[in-house]
Amino acid sequence: MKRILSFLAILFMLHEQISAQQTFPVNAVADERLGYYAFTNATVVKDAKTTLQNAVVIIKKGKIIAAGSNIPVPKEAVIIDCKGKYIVPSFIDIYSDYGMPAPQRSAAPFNYSAPAQLTSNTKGAYGWNEAIKADVNGASVFAADATKAKSLRDIGFGTVLTHQKDGIARGTGTVVSLADIKENLTIIKEKASAHYSFNKGTSTQSYPGSLMGAIALLRQTYLDAQWYKSNPATEGVNLSLKAWSDIQNLPQIFEANDKWQDIRADRIGDEFGIQYIIKGGGNEYQRIQEIAKTKAAYILPLNYPEAMDVEDPDDAKRVSLNDLKHWELAVTNPASFEKAGIDFCLTPADLKDTKSFLTNVRKAIEAGLSKTKALEALTKTPATLLGIYDKVGSIEAGKTASFLIISGALFDEKTTIYQNWVQGERYDVNNENWNDINAVYNLSVQDTDNTAKTYALSVKNSKSATVIDGDTLATKFSFNGKMVNISFPPDKKSKSTIRLTGTVSNDGWIGNGSNANGTQVLWNATFAKTAESKPDTAKKNTVKPLAKITYPFGSYGWDSLPSAHTILIKNATVWTSDEAGKLENTDVLLKAGKIAQVGKNLSDASATIIDGTGKHLTASIIDEHSHIATASINEGAQSVTSEVRIGDNLNPDDINIYRQLSGGVTTSHILHGSANTIGGQTQLIKLRWGADDEGLKFKGADPFIKFALGENVKRTTSPANNRFPDTRMGVEQVLMDAFQRAKDYENAIAKAAAIKSTSKKSMASVSPWNTVRRDLELDALVEIMNKKRFITCHSYVQTEITYTMRVAEKFGFRINTFTHILEGYKVADKMKAHGANVSTFSDWWAYKIEVADAIAYNAAIMQKMGLNVCINSDDAEMARRLNQEAAKTVKYGGVSEIEALNMVTINPAKALHINDKTGSIKVGKDADVVLWSDNPLSIYAKAEKTIIDGIIYFDREKDLVMRSNISAERNRIIQKLVSEKKAGGPVVPFKPSVQIVLGCGEHQQDGDSNHDDETGGQLEENATN
Amino acid sequence: MKKLTYSILFMFLFAIAATAQDDVYPTPEYKGLLFITNGIVHTGNGQVLEHTTIQVNNGRIEKIGTNIPVPQGDVKVYDAKGKHVYPGLILPDCDLGLREIASGVRGSNDYRELGELNPNIRSIVSYNTDSKIINTLKANGILLANVSPQGSLIAGSSSVVQLDAWNWEDAAYKIDNGIHITFPSFLPQRGGRFFMVAQSQTPDDAEKQALQKIEKLKSFFAEAKSYQQEAEHAQTNLKFAAVKGLFDKSQKLFIHANQVKQMLAAIDFVKEFGFSVVIVGGSESWQIAPLLKQHSVAVILGTQHELPATEDEDVDQPYKTPAALQKAGVLFALNDNMDNTRFRNLSFNAGTAAAYGLTKEEALSAITLNAAKILGIDDKTGSLEVGKDANIVVSEGDILDMKSSIVTHAFIQGRLVSLANKQTQLYERYMGKYGLK
Repeated sequence: MKRILSFLAILFMLHEQISAQQTFPVNAVADERLGYYAFTNATVVKDAKTTLQNAVVIIKKGKIIAAGSNIPVPKEAVIIDCKGKYIVPSFIDIYSDYGMPAPQRSAAPFNYSAPAQLTSNTKGAYGWNEAIKADVNGASVFAADATKAKSLRDIGFGTVLTHQKDGIARGTGTVVSLADIKENLTIIKEKASAHYSFNKGTSTQSYPGSLMGAIALLRQTYLDAQWYKSNPATEGVNLSLKAWSDIQNLPQIFEANDKWQDIRADRIGDEFGIQYIIKGGGNEYQRIQEIAKTKAAYILPLNYPEAMDVEDPDDAKRVSLNDLKHWELAVTNPASFEKAGIDFCLTPADLKDTKSFLTNVRKAIEAGLSKTKALEALTKTPATLLGIYDKVGSIEAGKTASFLIISGALFDEKTTIYQNWVQGERYDVNNENWNDINAVYNLSVQDTDNTAKTYALSVKNSKSATVIDGDTLATKFSFNGKMVNISFPPDKKSKSTIRLTGTVSNDGWIGNGSNANGTQVLWNATFAKTAESKPDTAKKNTVKPLAKITYPFGSYGWDSLPSAHTILIKNATVWTSDEAGKLENTDVLLKAGKIAQVGKNLSDASATIIDGTGKHLTASIIDEHSHIATASINEGAQSVTSEVRIGDNLNPDDINIYRQLSGGVTTSHILHGSANTIGGQTQLIKLRWGADDEGLKFKGADPFIKFALGENVKRTTSPANNRFPDTRMGVEQVLMDAFQRAKDYENAIAKAAAIKSTSKKSMASVSPWNTVRRDLELDALVEIMNKKRFITCHSYVQTEITYTMRVAEKFGFRINTFTHILEGYKVADKMKAHGANVSTFSDWWAYKIEVADAIAYNAAIMQKMGLNVCINSDDAEMARRLNQEAAKTVKYGGVSEIEALNMVTINPAKALHINDKTGSIKVGKDADVVLWSDNPLSIYAKAEKTIIDGIIYFDREKDLVMRSNISAERNRIIQKLVSEKKAGGPVVPFKPSVQIVLGCGEHQQDGDSNHDDETGGQLEENATN
Repeated sequence: MKKLTYSILFMFLFAIAATAQDDVYPTPEYKGLLFITNGIVHTGNGQVLEHTTIQVNNGRIEKIGTNIPVPQGDVKVYDAKGKHVYPGLILPDCDLGLREIASGVRGSNDYRELGELNPNIRSIVSYNTDSKIINTLKANGILLANVSPQGSLIAGSSSVVQLDAWNWEDAAYKIDNGIHITFPSFLPQRGGRFFMVAQSQTPDDAEKQALQKIEKLKSFFAEAKSYQQEAEHAQTNLKFAAVKGLFDKSQKLFIHANQVKQMLAAIDFVKEFGFSVVIVGGSESWQIAPLLKQHSVAVILGTQHELPATEDEDVDQPYKTPAALQKAGVLFALNDNMDNTRFRNLSFNAGTAAAYGLTKEEALSAITLNAAKILGIDDKTGSLEVGKDANIVVSEGDILDMKSSIVTHAFIQGRLVSLANKQTQLYERYMGKYGLK
């Protein structure tokens, strides 16, 4: 009904607390109130699934005492008639930092050249790493913030889980209401959650300097906290570890902020028996199946990418298809969670301007999210996750009186929030619209001489109305829910105005004013008739084509993941990389992902035939030294970081995977960088473009680890190095020390295990980890000594090559591979005796002083000395031409063509212990082959088809089709962006998409020496993705 | 009486100098007759001549043909039967001799001076003929190089050197052939690698800043132009004097630029000052190739062996950029400026261009005659033509393809130069140690 309803009495409610805290003295006369209200005639949305018409909600002392359809209204209660209005539970933000002190950022910007900060700057009895802030108690540092509370209430929130967003472990979160009352009463659950992230935040400590370092730090801290429970004498009091253990029973929330990061976080949880609630990044829809497998509940931000200004074609080309598609599809993220049956909450946390929150929820709804799910994501789901659904999240007797009074159905575009009640306290949002004033009124203006003139006053809303006296008069109108101001000219042409002011009276207004000639008037306006309803404007939303989700999501992705077919390659020149040598006019049958037959005149009815006439088929290329497809490369903060693992942070979306397929590469050994002597654990992958990180991994391969020597590990280009070692002499001692510690550790474990099993009656062996601290760093070194993990060692000059072999021999193992090894030719005999493989560049030199003696004949000499020689890339571009790099050994040193090709096929397979699976064309091995247009050692040869496990991952013909598709799809979205701009839509300046190409870190420009900073940037990148 | 026939087995060529680099000598001047007989001659201007002999006299090519008689007497004869004969390759832009070690050794750096307006800085005076890198280039057929300084706006002048000399004055082939400018980027700078910039630049700011710097350049040249008009200089300005050759086109203006907007601004320099402009870098030049042709702007491309500029770009875009320039008729040269391999793969960059759209002879021109034209030395070298310097390379096979690119002889101005270098010597040294052959 369009009429002014009786005005409410509670005009000026100061937010005095309903009941005083008894321990707090009162500096006045006690003023206890019950806060007893009955909200009548409302449509009550009790929860997402239950809506009651014409219902009553009764609250008292901040609690709901009754809610239902046929409830008697107690006469002691103040009645608030909510006819035509909806009452819905207010929202819960599970990812807030409301009322938290801002983390103090370090003043100095990151500077790679600065000395490392090897220890924590936190004073007190805390743990070793500054980024572990498990001891932060959210409730202790919380202080209500009226401004921020209002901004959240204005978008419908009543309750938030707040925590300090700083560090890798962030301590506890506390659930508070957004009432402007003393904190003692707003805290709903003091310790409600524990928080984690991959981002070290304000910590200035060097470690961790990479994503994989952050992962390792988390894993080690779980172990340390467990071990610390036994009160180890060496540790004294460690408040960080104590706090860590104390908060493990709370809901564990991990800020991951990106689809792959979500999965990485979940994996840490899996290892330690924890199911994190994961704060996502908004791009999860791109891999929703994988996300579903985490079984986690998610917290989703609604910070959709803003439309970019791409009118300038030169700018537009620098925005990737990935970013363009994400702009279009980001709104579908919540809907894709709903469709996949994954629990999720919505948060305004990452919005630049929280005012856009409800608009963005509506966009998600337009993109397929159900309203029911949207409301649940803002009420029941977060409340349930936090174990506070008994207190908030629905409108039920016994719960906190926190709800919204709104004008219509929630999430309707026209619906406005009138009031946001928090803990029984009323906060106005758009209360001036409480009464629907959209109607026509009789406006009667009475002069002092009692002559009255009547107009029609047609009110649209609180800011707009027109006075009609035959003509429509230019009218200024404003109504704030209480007071009204109207001014208009007496007739259309008049320049003077009649000015009226007044207040609400029954179904209209009453007041005084001044006539056009300045004389005093009295006036009133009474309801005449409802406003004419305008016809609905035609539905503007026509269905527009949306980008497709491909695997990977960016350019050159698959529409759906491929599977193996039987393939028969006929009549090719086959370079077997095996005893069989080079076979002319030969057929190769690939079946079920394996090489099924090699011979002449083969046939298979089910096979797709590829004519190899005039072409060359080889085993596909294996790159022993690569840095693609990973989110970070160097954990250079310490000299020994064997605890970090490249496999923890693979990046399956790296376009370099596809580019290298185009050069015939199918297997890459992804190494940690060379920033430190004992680097991280490596990851062997197959370039299965489109797979997730697990899908990339080469299954069943021996694990490896990267070591490095020389200039990089002694931080030669850093003018102020303070990280041991600073000389090659020191590097040797880093190795000695690390393995000695590992030996002692291994002995301690053995001893601990032995004592337990003999002294206890129960035969069940007790874990040695009760007495020995499990050390992930030393675990890896013990594996090396036990020949369960193998070293690939970045090395250049003969001194260090020799001493590294001697250290290894002292501890009873061998260096599996010397990589780079540019002075290998000087000690080829020693390496042969030691039993190492070697992997080198064909012709790199003079890029730094330790390669001044590098020679292009290195590979040839080492090969002639009987070493197993590989040619590797260490370079995302050169990896596409490894066949040509191998061919240079023919030029430099006269290696035979077959031997040269072996240096990028079977030789690296041997060095990586996978020669039983791949590396040559032999029946039973993986169907990893490349069809070349020409002799594979020729610069004119192009990989036409690159096949992994019998699947054609790169096809030069298909590539041409994809190019034109990419171009068409780019154009479609760019046109859409441009037309949005032309239509007056807001745009932000274009942002060039960044390609991150990581390198080993040892052959950079002057003063441009390492990738630690890049990995830092990558973390940033992920944090804002 | 002495008819010398040199062995074509390249291994023996450097075996004579097996101890140290200091034993690799520049070859003394040779003024007599010299014949390279019966080879497959790639002239550098598109022609391939089978069974052809080149006659050299007093350091210059005197005759090329199939029926050239080789006289008895005191002449040198090199049998190139079945081999490929090419013009000496030209490295068109590099810091050879100015920077021995690419990174980490400040003392080896003489390629970048302080300041923004350094037209008077001259690379030639610091070109170190004793650089160990130089001899590795001759072994791969590179006989001439354009050595240029680097800098933030006007870096200085480059000079062309021949790679077999005792000192820079001997090495000089064309002095101060051009002025090098590095254009500012039109793209917003993200946080630097060392210092995280709190706020990224907006695209508008970046463009404005770039245009301001270009304005600064233009006003420099406008004043320099006026200065050249002065009958007498009351105040001598070395910087203005250094760019005199640009106005009479005796010098080229080398503008180092990759972005389309930078190159459009470069075209403006042609229009406004009438300079002969060469773009160095030009990774995006394929996008505006016809425009470059229209304004007679030449291009020295950076290395072909590069990743595409964006993830959406064709995976082989850098490989096929030369073909796009060729198609549009742009005069271009190829380069190898990889810090990790130090210029030695010039011919393989051309090989890649040939695999992706150029003919082999076009690719060869891009590292010989085109480069000579761009550097202003095509009157003396760049092709195997009568009257030009005898800068000649002999290879076992196709010089553009690494599996056959084995240089057996190289001649600079008619001198047979040594192909030995530090790397061949270390090779010999350790082959000897291990008793390998």
